[in-house]
Amino acid sequence: MIPPLAIQDGGYVGGAYLVFLLLLLIYVAIMAAKLQRIQRDLSSLADLADRSQGQGSDRGVGQIRGREEEIEAVRQGGRG
Amino acid sequence: MAGAFQSITLRRLAAATVVVMGAGYALAFLYAPQDAVEGFIQKVFYLHVPLAIVSLVGFMVAAVHAIRHLRTGDPKHDARSYVSIHISVIFGIAVLLTGAIWAKGAWGIWWEWREPTLVSFLIVILLYATYYPLRYAIEDRDRQARYSSVFAITAGAFVPLNFLAVRLAQPLIHPRTFSSSGGLPGSMLLAFLVCLAGVALLWVTLVWFELDAKKASGNLKRIRRALEATT
Repeated sequence: MIPPLAIQDGGYVGGAYLVFLLLLLIYVAIMAAKLQRIQRDLSSLADLADRSQGQGSDRGVGQIRGREEEIEAVRQGGRG
Repeated sequence: MAGAFQSITLRRLAAATVVVMGAGYALAFLYAPQDAVEGFIQKVFYLHVPLAIVSLVGFMVAAVHAIRHLRTGDPKHDARSYVSIHISVIFGIAVLLTGAIWAKGAWGIWWEWREPTLVSFLIVILLYATYYPLRYAIEDRDRQARYSSVFAITAGAFVPLNFLAVRLAQPLIHPRTFSSSGGLPGSMLLAFLVCLAGVALLWVTLVWFELDAKKASGNLKRIRRALEATT
């Protein structure tokens, strides 16, 4: 038979450790969201790099089109 | 190459943190005896005290980085100082919350305003809470970094002074972990030291992790600028 005071103490101890775990989880969740944004930014930059490489080969014949729109689209993607 | 090395080191550091913290809390709950006076609630001490120590040391580490930033002007020291303060504030909030829970269980109250240990720690955390508005109120990056470093040094110098003042003051009800009248018994001390090492490793891991994320974000911005300039 566990005395009631020990059960109450167990609750406080569990509560203290849970609060710390919760704080840690909130921090990890925020950092995960940040990393996701970095990942998204990286993909959009890779797309932009691919496209600009393709355009680079055509540049000599003056066929660069919609550059501003592309950059704006990447910017929008980075913010979202 | 350097990035790959850093990610391996971070992975190892994270693994070491899990192992040491796991060992520390296993020792605290399974090996260290129950406190004769406080009973089971004393187990909060293995989390609360290491968090408090690491948080205060972290503020001083931030001050050291801030000094290096002012001396060299290298923004990486400013980033280290900022991240050290950030993680230490989070740990500090955890100290206040776990301390309040322990106080409720041990003393029957959540907070005691007459206790110098509690109030002084609250003052330190509130002082560092003003770091964020100060930093982000300044738009110019150089000035922002410089002023933040000055703050980190001033506040960092306040931390040991504050600690000393609390040790010299007469405690009301807050127990002293390490006092001249005798410390912890061997098994409790061992568990405490392993927990302290684990929490310190956690602090280093989180600082490293956040610095890596900041570095990746900064590198992306640089690549974007370079790409936009070439297209």
